[in-house]
Amino acid sequence: MANNLDALLARARSIREDIVKMTTEAGSGHPSSSMSAAEVVTALYFGGFLKHDPRSPQWPDRDRFILSKGHAAPVLYAALAQSGYFPHDEIMTLRKIDSPVEGHPNMKRLPGVEASTGSLGQGLSIGVGHALAARVDGKSYHTYVMTGDGEIEEGQIWEAAASAAKYQLDNLTLIVDRNHFQQTGPAEEVLNMDPIDGKFTAFGWKTQVINGNDLREVLQALDRANAVKGMPTCIVSLTHKGQGMLNLLRRLGDTNFHGKPLPAQNLNEALAEIAAS
Amino acid sequence: MAGASSGLQSKRELGKATRDAFGRALEALGADHPEVVVVDGDVGNSTRTEWFGKKYPNRFFNVGIAESNLVGVAAGLAASNKTAVIASFAAFITCNAYDQLRMSVAYPGMNVKVVGSHAGISIGEDGASQMGIEDVALMCALPGFVVIVPSDEGSAKAATKAMLEYKGPVYLRCGRPEVPKLYPEGQVPFQIGKANKLRDGKDLTIVANGIMVAMALDAAEALVGEGIEARVLDMHTVKPIDRDALVSAAKETGAMVVAEEHLAHGGLGSVVAYTLAESHPVPIRFVNLLDTFAESGAPDALLKKYGLTAAKIVEAGRSAAGAKKR
Ligand SMILES: Cc1ncc(C[n+]2csc(CCOP(=O)(O)OP(=O)(O)O)c2C)c(N)n1
Ligand SMILES: [Mg+2]
Repeated sequence: MANNLDALLARARSIREDIVKMTTEAGSGHPSSSMSAAEVVTALYFGGFLKHDPRSPQWPDRDRFILSKGHAAPVLYAALAQSGYFPHDEIMTLRKIDSPVEGHPNMKRLPGVEASTGSLGQGLSIGVGHALAARVDGKSYHTYVMTGDGEIEEGQIWEAAASAAKYQLDNLTLIVDRNHFQQTGPAEEVLNMDPIDGKFTAFGWKTQVINGNDLREVLQALDRANAVKGMPTCIVSLTHKGQGMLNLLRRLGDTNFHGKPLPAQNLNEALAEIAAS
Repeated sequence: MAGASSGLQSKRELGKATRDAFGRALEALGADHPEVVVVDGDVGNSTRTEWFGKKYPNRFFNVGIAESNLVGVAAGLAASNKTAVIASFAAFITCNAYDQLRMSVAYPGMNVKVVGSHAGISIGEDGASQMGIEDVALMCALPGFVVIVPSDEGSAKAATKAMLEYKGPVYLRCGRPEVPKLYPEGQVPFQIGKANKLRDGKDLTIVANGIMVAMALDAAEALVGEGIEARVLDMHTVKPIDRDALVSAAKETGAMVVAEEHLAHGGLGSVVAYTLAESHPVPIRFVNLLDTFAESGAPDALLKKYGLTAAKIVEAGRSAAGAKKR
């Protein structure tokens, strides 16, 4: 386990490196929104939770991961490329014309992408659909959905939450990337959704609140979610937007850093901070 | 083909983005219009309503990432005698909240001004999910809505003023990138429903709005070399359409091109064809996004790949003029 944990920590670092490299090269994108989710995505793809086969992206029995907060696409692309869904160097074509590595995930063009997202609020409903399909087909795959903490302000999230509870979807796990910021400011100020866990509990979900930038806690939380019977699970994953380059963001005077690539002159500094993390 | 440069890189001087011009105009007009309130959906720094919000915090509400609620709240404000201005990305405000726009705004005819920023494919790298390319069709479909697509900084500013002074639902479409200046400072003729003739010609009329107007002018210059004198109409109001300008253009020039940064179905091209089919049919060619989503890429590269260039307008103009009965 300890060795495995070290390997996973290294993996999370390398995902963060990919995130800053590809967005800086692209000159646009959402690195800070991607960085907060690195541990969860690492645990899912490399910690043994997602049963999947990069050589067979449409394998019907695969577990699903839907990135509902589609602007965090770089964290997904890093995981998919490092899993072997497409050549790793293609991440450097992010946001360029003709590249399937688009600004927001496009399931028609890039293998491994489970849902085309970018309009916030829609991924959980799609996840409910996958989970219901598993039941219809008698399959045991698990569906994971990640939303932002601002994203859960969309009413559709709560429509989906109610339907998931109605059908007791214990094959569905939602991770809310609680990084405390959204586009125009702190999530608590723009529209305070606290208590997030309390709301999901009231909707009939099993909830957990964890430090989502602590890999060990993430692994344990995903294990616990798998053991839940008769209801869907929501993991409120407390994170930092831009985790891995927080010192740099502080120095740049913007700890939200929403929708901005790192300037090229700060790239090495970010990579050094990631390496030391 | 000198003059017929592609994309946004016209030889004309670049002005502000239309979203910026809207944001500045709204901020300025807020002083004389105490009845104006603004509702945001966590994108005020993109749509530029944050400038109004900083100046008039008591009349600015950010309801979070919740477009359907945003539209409903605006309808309530309007029902209590406010002029409610709401803005989000064109794709999100029109598509995510369409039923609310229909039922809470259009049906009762509420005084709500809907502003869709980031319209078209010229937003570039963010890709198809963020590009409003069906918004004009959707908003034209709603009874009672006025639909305005300004072409440059000056006309976006004038449109914002006209929109606030008009009573009833209006949709204003704005774009993300800086665009060429077409109107001299302080001399922007702008009347809702009245096209601006930017250039006269006897052989062809190019009807355009938004970023396609600058390209239409470039195309008209290039067509001179082929012996085609093209009239250019800035059709900033799609609904109500300027029927008189269209019918006289059809009669006087006998052929038409309609250019827009929008899907084929239900946009300016559809409206022009519908209008002329009844009164004075002439050969028409269309320059638009056809029936497809675009993708990520640099704005000019996308405009080229998806056929929104002065060169495409020239081609269409040649074809329309050639199809005239002699
Ligand atoms: C329906 C919709 N409305 C607005 C936006 C614009 N937008 C993109 S990211 C974002 C903020 C998201 O905040 P959060 O969910 O907390 O994600 P974070 O970036 O903090 O991870 C907004 C408002 C969008 N993409 N979709
Ligand atoms: Mg957030």
